[in-house]
Amino acid sequence: MITKDNYKQSIKSYQPKPKYFINCLKAFLVGGFICLIGQGLTVFYMEMFGFSTKEAGNPTITTLIFIAAILTGFGVYDKIGQFAGAGSAVPVTGFANSITSAALEHRTEGIVLGVSSNMFKLAGSVIVFGTVAAYVVGMIRYTIQTLF
Amino acid sequence: MKQGKQSWLFNNGVYIKGTATVSGPKERAGPLGQTFDYSYDDLYCEGKTWEQAEQNLLDQSIKICIEKSKIREDAIDLIISGDLLNQTVSSNYTARNYGNPFLGVFGACSTSMQTLAIGSSLVDSGNCDYVMASTSSHYSSAERQFRYPTEYGGQKPNTSTSTVTGAGSALISQERSSIQVEGATIGKVIDFGADDPLDLGSAMAPAAADTIVQHFTDFNSSPEDYDLILTGDLSSVGTPIVKKLAYQAGYDIENVHRDCGLMVYHSNQNTFAGGSGCAVSAVVTYGQIVQKLRSGELNKVLVVATGALLSPTIVQQKETIPCIAHGVVLKRVSES
Repeated sequence: MITKDNYKQSIKSYQPKPKYFINCLKAFLVGGFICLIGQGLTVFYMEMFGFSTKEAGNPTITTLIFIAAILTGFGVYDKIGQFAGAGSAVPVTGFANSITSAALEHRTEGIVLGVSSNMFKLAGSVIVFGTVAAYVVGMIRYTIQTLF
Repeated sequence: MKQGKQSWLFNNGVYIKGTATVSGPKERAGPLGQTFDYSYDDLYCEGKTWEQAEQNLLDQSIKICIEKSKIREDAIDLIISGDLLNQTVSSNYTARNYGNPFLGVFGACSTSMQTLAIGSSLVDSGNCDYVMASTSSHYSSAERQFRYPTEYGGQKPNTSTSTVTGAGSALISQERSSIQVEGATIGKVIDFGADDPLDLGSAMAPAAADTIVQHFTDFNSSPEDYDLILTGDLSSVGTPIVKKLAYQAGYDIENVHRDCGLMVYHSNQNTFAGGSGCAVSAVVTYGQIVQKLRSGELNKVLVVATGALLSPTIVQQKETIPCIAHGVVLKRVSES
């Protein structure tokens, strides 16, 4: 018997279950593939321009962001995202997609009040928590280093 | 005339003089594509923004409806319309193109039957001779207001639905035609505690069941009296739940029930649990259902449009989702 009180529990059998295993596998493969491209780019920049591993980091990230932004503009990245889930959301390309998609979405409201104020609508929380987390971890590391 | 507790019986005779349906490209490619009066090839529907696109859909449906009903535009006593966007902008902005009195309403995706019920009541009472009842929705304008930017690569669960791009209008009057609007049942706002905005089928099923059961009680009827009981956008998740809830209340609707959200798209069109939005019940009812009533394939249909009355802000404030459903009975009658 489905009633108001047990509603959320009793309808569980009607709701399709997320396919955790297959979703994890897809995320692993696509996320891994994006990282593979990243590694390829790093090697490319190191070989071509004689960068050190550390120096090759920035151009690698920039290239990945560029590719993600282009794919978002062409309407491809959201399809990759639906397939891969966290696999395409977690790498830097997902961050680029969240900014580009918001910017695209709001271009009809103008450059200033539309694009620039809404660009970080989704990415804003990532930046806030990224900064806060970096600060906290930095402080912990500093404290441990000072004490020992 | 009041019928039972929550229903209206239109005893002076209210008839559908004409209907019009307009859709986007994806709906055109769906199983009902051929039943629409007009379809745009592009999601922008000749507009510059998603919002303009939705206005164009609505405007086009009203224009075609006027044309098909063969009446003068200024003969319309009232345009009554609603949509999903904040301040019901699609309806309000489209209404400025017409020199007719206008009422804007909001009932989320129940708007199609909400406007038809209110309009029929006004025609029945004699306050209006001709009423245009319209509604619209657009995939991208709804996505951006209720969810994420359209190109955002977030993964949606299989319980989510895809907003139908389209608009539907019906012109009603006391002039006899082959389709009579017999009565309506106005729904209560029902909240069973569902709180997932990406699973509105589950949230809306209790409201749909409540209205359907109330309708049977008020009209002293049963599922056998109808050729079809059509719900709006309960999707593949809410459909079995509404059947179960109705069954629990003593009505077996298994064989007569269909959901508009499951009729507009092919299963390979990537629409998850089905279609949703104000337009889904409008384009199905005013398209295929009206055509089947005219041809005699159907005789009596109860259309129950379902709406989730949520706002993204209040969802984030951890409130549950209140829902509503309005039912209207369409009946085939002889033209004279």
